Amino acid sequence: MSALLIRGGTVIDSTGSRNEDIAVVDDMIVPTGAAPSSATVIDASNCVISTGLVDLHAHLGEPGDEAAETMATGGRAAVLGGFTTVLAMSNTMPPVDTAAVVEHIRSLAKAALCRVEIAGCVTVGAAGTHLAPLGELAEAGVAFVTDCGAGVQNPLLMRRALEYAKPFALTIAQPADCVELSVGAEMHEGEWSSRLGLPGAPAEAEEIMVMRDIALARLTGARLHFQTLSTAGSFAIVSAAQRSGLNVSAEIASHHLALSDADLASYNSCRKVEPPLRTRDDVNAACVSISSGALDCIVSDHTPHTTDRKERPFDHAASGSVGLETALAVALSQDIDITSVLRAMSWRPAELLGLGPPSERTISPGVIADLIIIDPHERFSVSTRTQATAGTNSAFEGVELRGRVRTTIVGGRVVVQNGQVTA
Amino acid sequence: MKHLLSIDELTEADLREVLRITPSFAEVAQRRIAKVPALRGQTVALLFYEDSTRTRLSFEIAAKRLSADTLNVSVNTSSVNKGESLRDTAETIEAMGIDAVVVRHRSSGVPWQLTKWLDASVINAGDGWHQHPTQALLDCFTLQQKLGDLAGSHIVMVGDIKHSRVARSDISALTMLGAEVTLVAPPTLLPPATDTWPVRTSHDLDSALADADAVYLLRMQNERQNEALVPDLREYTTLYGLTAERAARLSPTVPILHPGPMNRGVEIAADVPDLDQVVVVDQVRNGVAVRMAVLFLLLGSGAGDVPGVSPEPVAAAEGATP
Repeated sequence: MSALLIRGGTVIDSTGSRNEDIAVVDDMIVPTGAAPSSATVIDASNCVISTGLVDLHAHLGEPGDEAAETMATGGRAAVLGGFTTVLAMSNTMPPVDTAAVVEHIRSLAKAALCRVEIAGCVTVGAAGTHLAPLGELAEAGVAFVTDCGAGVQNPLLMRRALEYAKPFALTIAQPADCVELSVGAEMHEGEWSSRLGLPGAPAEAEEIMVMRDIALARLTGARLHFQTLSTAGSFAIVSAAQRSGLNVSAEIASHHLALSDADLASYNSCRKVEPPLRTRDDVNAACVSISSGALDCIVSDHTPHTTDRKERPFDHAASGSVGLETALAVALSQDIDITSVLRAMSWRPAELLGLGPPSERTISPGVIADLIIIDPHERFSVSTRTQATAGTNSAFEGVELRGRVRTTIVGGRVVVQNGQVTA
Repeated sequence: MKHLLSIDELTEADLREVLRITPSFAEVAQRRIAKVPALRGQTVALLFYEDSTRTRLSFEIAAKRLSADTLNVSVNTSSVNKGESLRDTAETIEAMGIDAVVVRHRSSGVPWQLTKWLDASVINAGDGWHQHPTQALLDCFTLQQKLGDLAGSHIVMVGDIKHSRVARSDISALTMLGAEVTLVAPPTLLPPATDTWPVRTSHDLDSALADADAVYLLRMQNERQNEALVPDLREYTTLYGLTAERAARLSPTVPILHPGPMNRGVEIAADVPDLDQVVVVDQVRNGVAVRMAVLFLLLGSGAGDVPGVSPEPVAAAEGATP
């Protein structure tokens, strides 16, 4: 029997905030009176205790891109960043379009310190022509399907996917981008693309796809999740759809809470991401939307790359930034209250992933002990040299952030203590 | 000043200093032995990832007239398309002890990226759609020769602004010198946010030309038809080309500039380049002098030490044959 006693911290969950000690025996939270005297004591004074973070969007390298990341390195990065559950994206090599691939990834994921959920593809090979066996994927335990990357461009195929998925406990997730409008784009289209001489994607390339898919969600009555939205227009459209009663949710990547297109002025290719960094107005709207709950989730959009893929001319550099170890700190460094950040990074994504409603994932006896202890005031400077991820591409390299994970507990097991991996 | 990456990184004083010292370098070209020892012992690498005979030759002549050694690094375009590591190239150059790198690249931003890995001075000889600062300097110098002080003068720039590094550089330099710039182009060939630029825009070439003090034509590339940016080149010429009729309505004192190479019959009618007011040859000639001035400012031993004041025998001693 292992036992923990977490003392002196402030507990924040969906029921509110309180000063309370927490006891854990084996993998379960128990009443503090039930903790044995031999329990390991963890001091959480001046810290916040939360349920573990849940990331709906990360690329963990395996299978196919082991040079950039593995389950072992990505899993260490996840728990250091406070994520106890990560949804691994479907655009692996091979892509996740059969139950066999799901099973293979599940076996690889045993090397990860965090829990790994697996996203499937909407179409075979994410090629956008034939529906993947969605029933088989759901049966294999897949909860989200997405053609992560280009998304489903063909509106008829998207309609069929939404309709066909309805009998299964499946969410169709869509990265919203009308590729004909954003063809060749290297950044957001606007003042900065004009100045920097780079081809841009207008905000409308994203918003048109959001509008189209909301119309299809209305037509089919199906459940729909938008991945990594980035424009103020998209946030407003999704919010209006939710108010009209549609079962639509949306996530935003943490870098879109902090960086704008002006931050590309020195052609830092580690800040080349998809969708691109937008304007300062969009960044401000993102923070407001997370605070108000209009946007459901903050995700890491963790996209590791080897150094050589970024040390190229901007238009030949790969897209994406690592994010597992910085997402929480990026969010806490903005003008967003910590409860909203935790709702968007823990309770709400857990609910969307089918891990249970917030009322069942509180910090209370009888709940599985996936817990983190955060020092919301600790400052640190981002350096991929010291990060656990094998990826070397952080959009925040050299940036000072606030808010650090001190302890991460997965199923009652302490995997991070004092900001270091212990497992 | 260590690098020349963009006109936007220059102050007005920097810009005026280049233009002030350029005549001294133009004078060197007139000498019997057109060479001064200002950069003797220094090596300038010409790193051209994109073909540009005229810009490369101009830099090479400029460097040689200052007695620098030059190194031509032609980079196979296929390796560029594969996205070779810029850092590897930069570190290779650095290891060879180069003092300055003149870089031309089809991707915007490459000169900035190189400065991260190089101790050498980096001179941008054109990056993507972004900047071509020495072109702007030679254009300003040429316009000053024709118009005098550019404050208040009206420069009409016509053509594919969106894809033009020449336009981006020239707009910054001309407005810094007090000129008023009007861009004339179909809306599809303007950048998306010209409302944030210190320029006027127009889609009516004839009215813009009516009060122009100078006309700057940009090269119109055939590919633009295929991207649905213009219906065809014939319509482009009708609406935005400097036809013989439009040229005839211009005062003969209005200089016509073009960065070259010209598409005769597209942005400029076939016979218009032969008019006296077309200053393309002046631009090319001034390009060498301006690039000498830039190399001298970046690599020379000290400010104010302009070779025009150094005695000619020094130059003669170096390369004269009895």
